[in-house]
Amino acid sequence: MKFTLEPRAHTPTWLNISLPVLALLATLVFCSGLIILAGAGVLQAYGALFKGAFGSKFNFVETLVKAAPLVFTGLAVAVAFRAKFWNIGAEGQLLAGAMAAAFVGARDVLPIWSLLPLMIIAGFVAGGLWATLPAVLKLRYRVDDVVATLMLNFVMFYLMLALVDGPWKDPLSGYPDSPDIRMDAEYPILLQQTRLHLGVLLAGVTAILIWLLMTRTTLGFAIRAVGENARAATHSGLPVKRVVFLTAVISGGLAGLAGVGEVAGLHFQVMASLSPGYGYTGIVIAMLARLNTLGVIPAAIFFAAIATGAETMSRTTGVPVFLADVIQGMSLIFMLVALLFTKYRIRLRGSESMYEHT
Amino acid sequence: MNQCTNTHEACTISEVLEQVFQVGFFAAMIRVAAPLLFATLGEMFSERAGVLNLGIEGIMLLGAMTGFCAAYFSGSLWLGIAVAATTGIIFGVLMGFLTVTLGLSQHVSGLSVTMVCSGLAFYGYRLVFGQPSQPPNVKAFEVLSVPALADIPLLGPVLFNHLALVYVGFLLVPLAAFLLYRTPWGLSLRTVGENPYAAASAGVRVAWYRYQALMMSGALFGIGGAYFSLAQFNAFTFGVISGRGWVCIALVVLGRWDPWRCAVAALLFGAVDALQLRLQSSGIIDLPYQIFLMLPFVVTVAAMAVLARNARAPAALLIPYRREER
Amino acid sequence: MTTSPIPLLEMRGIDKQFGEVHANKSIDLQLFSGEVLGLLGENGAGKTTLMNILFGMYRADAGTITVEGRTVSNHKPADSLALGIGMVHQHFHLVPRHSVLENLMVGEPGRWGRLDESSARERLLQIGSQYGLELDPARQVAELTVGEQQRLEIIKALFRGAKILVLDEPTSVLTPQQAEGLFQAVRAMVADGVGVIFISHKLHEVLGIVQRIAVMRRGEMVATIINDNNVTHLRLAELMCGRELQPLNKPTISRGRSLLRLVNITVDDGRGHPARLHKVNLDLHAGEIVGVAGVSGNGQRELAEVVAGVLTPSSGSITVGGASVDRANRRAMQGYGVAYIPEDRMGDGLLTTLPLSDSMILPRMHQPPFSRFGWLNKQAIRQFVEQQIEKFDIRGADVSIRAGMLSGGNLQKALLARELAFNPAIVVASQPTRGLDVAAVEFVHNRFLQLRDNGCGVLLVSEDLEELFALSDRMVVMYEGRIVGHEETEKTTPAAIGLLMAGSKQAA
Repeated sequence: MKFTLEPRAHTPTWLNISLPVLALLATLVFCSGLIILAGAGVLQAYGALFKGAFGSKFNFVETLVKAAPLVFTGLAVAVAFRAKFWNIGAEGQLLAGAMAAAFVGARDVLPIWSLLPLMIIAGFVAGGLWATLPAVLKLRYRVDDVVATLMLNFVMFYLMLALVDGPWKDPLSGYPDSPDIRMDAEYPILLQQTRLHLGVLLAGVTAILIWLLMTRTTLGFAIRAVGENARAATHSGLPVKRVVFLTAVISGGLAGLAGVGEVAGLHFQVMASLSPGYGYTGIVIAMLARLNTLGVIPAAIFFAAIATGAETMSRTTGVPVFLADVIQGMSLIFMLVALLFTKYRIRLRGSESMYEHT
Repeated sequence: MNQCTNTHEACTISEVLEQVFQVGFFAAMIRVAAPLLFATLGEMFSERAGVLNLGIEGIMLLGAMTGFCAAYFSGSLWLGIAVAATTGIIFGVLMGFLTVTLGLSQHVSGLSVTMVCSGLAFYGYRLVFGQPSQPPNVKAFEVLSVPALADIPLLGPVLFNHLALVYVGFLLVPLAAFLLYRTPWGLSLRTVGENPYAAASAGVRVAWYRYQALMMSGALFGIGGAYFSLAQFNAFTFGVISGRGWVCIALVVLGRWDPWRCAVAALLFGAVDALQLRLQSSGIIDLPYQIFLMLPFVVTVAAMAVLARNARAPAALLIPYRREER
Repeated sequence: MTTSPIPLLEMRGIDKQFGEVHANKSIDLQLFSGEVLGLLGENGAGKTTLMNILFGMYRADAGTITVEGRTVSNHKPADSLALGIGMVHQHFHLVPRHSVLENLMVGEPGRWGRLDESSARERLLQIGSQYGLELDPARQVAELTVGEQQRLEIIKALFRGAKILVLDEPTSVLTPQQAEGLFQAVRAMVADGVGVIFISHKLHEVLGIVQRIAVMRRGEMVATIINDNNVTHLRLAELMCGRELQPLNKPTISRGRSLLRLVNITVDDGRGHPARLHKVNLDLHAGEIVGVAGVSGNGQRELAEVVAGVLTPSSGSITVGGASVDRANRRAMQGYGVAYIPEDRMGDGLLTTLPLSDSMILPRMHQPPFSRFGWLNKQAIRQFVEQQIEKFDIRGADVSIRAGMLSGGNLQKALLARELAFNPAIVVASQPTRGLDVAAVEFVHNRFLQLRDNGCGVLLVSEDLEELFALSDRMVVMYEGRIVGHEETEKTTPAAIGLLMAGSKQAA
């Protein structure tokens, strides 16, 4: 069988919605094979996973709390990828934002009312600045952004480790972590007796703001135009380099906000285990949302649910938690394939006779 | 190694140098470079064919896992290597399906392959070994001294007193150069990576060559990964690769897509790594060890900034090829 | 002409469809050993598609191909080479970073698993002496001139034992003088029994070298005729276009005030490469079309980009409407009323996978009515785009269609609509009709004349001399980044312009 790809003039709405769902279903089917390998029942395992994610108020809140940083990193990646700035560095930018927030949040000299706004600003700026480095490397020195952002994740990670194991080590705890932020610097809890904090709400609001930015403003238009065809944008007088630079700042800043939320809402300090790869999951989320900033929210909740649910699944059925990682990767692959169908129509044709000449 | 007997302040530069650049240093440089050499050459082949294979990190990790499992249960290290290579080939084919057959973004496809492979490696390891208090290990490769040559003063211990895999890795360099520059296969591969339409008009099957290059790179990634679990650490841990695959991507850039230069780049990386180990253990320079761990990544980014401007990446790198395109 | 009873090549009933476009409709074609067959047709008539099918790059939906009496089906480029079909594409299929010899050896089997350099070098020398096609095997292709690269393409085909050689628009990149060298080589090959298919849309060339002429129009083979004294330019042109050619109706109007003045414009990257533009002086007045002629790559593109503000000159001054421009950039020039139709409309003009409306507002999205204070006005955008689609008769378009789905002619209309919507004073257009069908070309030409009559100044860069002669009031000729000639259209001839394009005045 041979197939050819025919471009589509329009993408029907039902395809836009159903394809991500189909991609996720395909992933779950694939992963059920792995569950069988682990000697557990497929329905039982997925049931436990679902229960663990949504089964109780407590579990549901945990899922939402986990979704908050993923919304931010998903947005960060979606914005950057729109401009074809291949920011794989959300992980490092998240850490930069977290450190800035943890530093500001622990300052005794600051008035109480200024703590949260300053932490948010500091986190955004730190993440944004860290992202400008690969942007400048790309624009001035033509360094591949994928590789540069990837490398800089490790640089930031080890920098953080060096700090919390050295000059910034909390003298009170014996562990390599930073001093706690002030009580007043913590995000207020929205729902008593749970961990549902202000950051979750902020994530949702930010998603809407970024959606407006991308669809309703000239900057958003410019970001899309530059990503689609930088040469055409140049020939139409758009300041392409400035747009890419701004995109990097916004993208890095959003990832930085993910870090702010983790510090102000959850851990109140920075340490090595601050992010279990939220920055990388952000890539999957952005792709699953087809770079649509509103789509990031359900995608983030989905992956948060997988991550929280996997713990319960592992406890009750013995399937290793790492199933969550496989689901993440496989759904990215299936989504990539699905994306193809939104832009192209696939025409199959039978294999024709082979050579007749002698 | 003789410790610096004086106080820190009195240690002169020459003393530091003396202590650092010993036979052990050069031997360590080669040892560190060898596993990276496999992966770097693999990446070089796939990029020469026009495909950036970012599956490298994950495939190395999965190769380390499958290779370890095979060696653990069969008792044969070489079988472990073979299994790791086979694993890599399978995921090279997957990468080919995504980027060559479907023409999807090489960046995102590669990252997705890395994610899947990392997930599978952790999942599989947990499935096979559970959560043991002591990680299981294998009896590692033994040092294979080349008779006679190993006895040459200075050169012998540096060059001829290594694991068999190290020799294999370095013998791959001339082999890769021969394949690439001296055979019709290599010329076709290079043409596919430079101008796939020229290749197709000369009757070269572009997709098949890209698949071949990706399978080759997968196999070499697998072997490079298994090197760590079978020859270096003798066990599989979750941090067994920890970014070394990404370093190889940069080594290809530094090596300007040439086997010989790639080998030099890998050796340079080995030298930096060996240097940091030595500086650290000598206790002369008092810096947190994390700074040393960070060093290769900083050097990589800096080197890319300096070199990327003149870099001669294959012209068709990252560009999918479609036969019936108008 | 030596016609053997069995044709060297016979294509019968070839049919090919690309989506909506029916590129080849049941085409029949024959080629005999020792003849040159001219394949004529407008751009988009389906010539290149037919040849790509012959070569196995595309697969025909229906039809048969017979080479020396043997039927070939479902073949790939590799099989074509074995059958002795060689092709020199419009865009060369060469690897610039490889040497001449390496480019020749791609796909060759080699000996004992190694590349066989010595025998390849030997054959290269032999072909060189036999047909007068000589090249240094060790040189890198990137260093070759365009003419030499084409020579390498022909050598490549002969190297692989081509008995059927297809030359696709071979002279479009050559000066008339270089083209003569090519014709000599073709005659030598034909004398040797090779059959050559010569694709062109330049009538005089075709008549000079071919024995028979096949004419295609809109995917159909409309006629195959013998090249004798009865064949005239006019008849061929009628066959190609399907109707009598209407000379353009161009009223004489007097030239108005000066709109644009370039003084000593130089573009030089300062790294020792030859300057891309060297001390160029140019005036453009209201109510005139100034044509820019030249062989591709001699600075015309750069000239257009400087005027458009896309390329910043390293020295020299630009005056627009009496005001001196200090920092020329695209937006500033747009502010001065300079509209710009870039040469590569897909690559430099449009956002092909985004909705058409995005492409249509791209240069002005930051201004009212499309946006205010950074906020887009969706209503105004939609209204504007719908208006322009109607006004320019952009077929098959709506606001949300992906721009890339439109045909070449409609894409160009969209680009014109966008650039002309805000009453420009100056229009810079590079190759505005390349690849368009006859009707679209006519549309574009009429628009330009209309602009001129309304007091606009048009700078028209084109490689199509016929177009330049039909439209321009004055012509400048560029060679190696300099303006080497400046002629009133009525007082010059294509031959004179051709000589200037070849830089012959400088040589003398």
